[in-house]
Amino acid sequence: MAELLKEELLRIEHLRKAYDNTVVLKDISLTVHKGEVIVVIGPSGCGKSTLLRCINGLEPIQGGKITLRGQEIDGNSKDIAQIRQKLGMVFQNYELFPHKTVLQNIMLAPMKVQKRPKDEVEAQAKQLLERVGLLEKKDSYPRQLSGGQKQRVAIVRALCMNPEMMLFDEVTAALDPEMVREVLDTILELAKAGGTMIIVTHEMSFAKAVSDRVLFLDGGEIVEEAVPEKFFSDPQTERAKRFLRTFEYDAVKHHDI
Amino acid sequence: MQALGIDALFRGSNFLRLLGGLGVTLELSLISVIFSILLGIIFGVIMTFKNPVVKVLSRIYLEIVRIMPQMVLLFVVFFGTTRLFGWNLSAEAACVIVFTFWGTAEMGDLVRGAVTAIPKHQYESSYALGMSKAQTYYHIIVPQTLRRLIPLSINLVTRMIKTTSLVMMIGVVEVLKVSQQIIEANRMTSPNGAFGIYAVVFLLYFIACWPISLLAGHLEKKWSN
Repeated sequence: MAELLKEELLRIEHLRKAYDNTVVLKDISLTVHKGEVIVVIGPSGCGKSTLLRCINGLEPIQGGKITLRGQEIDGNSKDIAQIRQKLGMVFQNYELFPHKTVLQNIMLAPMKVQKRPKDEVEAQAKQLLERVGLLEKKDSYPRQLSGGQKQRVAIVRALCMNPEMMLFDEVTAALDPEMVREVLDTILELAKAGGTMIIVTHEMSFAKAVSDRVLFLDGGEIVEEAVPEKFFSDPQTERAKRFLRTFEYDAVKHHDI
Repeated sequence: MQALGIDALFRGSNFLRLLGGLGVTLELSLISVIFSILLGIIFGVIMTFKNPVVKVLSRIYLEIVRIMPQMVLLFVVFFGTTRLFGWNLSAEAACVIVFTFWGTAEMGDLVRGAVTAIPKHQYESSYALGMSKAQTYYHIIVPQTLRRLIPLSINLVTRMIKTTSLVMMIGVVEVLKVSQQIIEANRMTSPNGAFGIYAVVFLLYFIACWPISLLAGHLEKKWSN
């Protein structure tokens, strides 16, 4: 019952996405409430990144409807820029602007798009950088940062727009293993602070720790949807079981005594 | 000085004439460069279009420029077309036409390269921040394109200055031609002029091109990412 009382933020109804004749997403429906953390997992090519890109209006859709607080998301509409401000998106390859410093990267959109005063934006940017432990890098250029640092700056850049919801698209997939942790910790902290987010990831233990709900996507449809405790210990569908098994290894060497 | 033959330079107004020749060289280069850059930017943007006809035509143009030696182009325009079409073309005009024809292709290819080198995700991460198309181009795409383009096009300028030495072959009196004249006229008094005068010409080219080259290197380093 508690779920029903929560404020509804994002609603996807019968979303269909296809490139020419290849259907990438067929009939996806999903509702996200305020404060909810949704993790989307599935084999590569299952359409999970495309789903995030559709939510942000970066991909034209062929059917269905996506709304944020009742406002339709359509990449071609005039209001799309205004909706995108409410959706913070972080990409796999950081995509910081290489010709701008860390601080300039973060402050550009709040000042140019939201027309907020420089002092206020700068104060917030610094405070957010402090929170992810990168304040001393504020005047560095992206090329001077490690992958993990770049990704944390990208997260701060999205946060500084004060979005209602964050979209994380495989944000650790391009990182060296020892840098994955620092980025995931940042996201965990956001989740703890009550942020609403949809996370596409391959990090299963992270997914288990951070999510309120797990969506398992395969072949462009939601095959299974469950709370993480249930999904990871007792998946209901054969496809989910098979997918989870790919993360386990059988010992090949016998350590006989 | 006698042994090197540089003394010929100080006879009469020889040195001033040589500088005048350098002036002609730089003037021809500058005019060609300005036309090349303007037309090259347009040509480069056209080359990023996906239209197959445009692609084939620009490919043919690029290949012609790359395969034909500039000297042949000069001869075709200066001797060939004047004969064929019966028009009057000064050697300087022929020179500007040929170097602009060449420079536009080179510049266009640089522009195309710089524009297409900006990854698609740079546009997307800008749109994702709520920036409009115009804001994205103004703040993100154009500055990055220029940073890639400016050092490369400065290098094109030095290449153009060097290559204009070919125009003496169609009778333009530029720095190399003047130096030849000085050497010829002073053959008796300064037999080693060929060494000394050409050495001075080398220095003049160096003085003209080196700062430009340094600037390009400096900008490239400063803007590298």
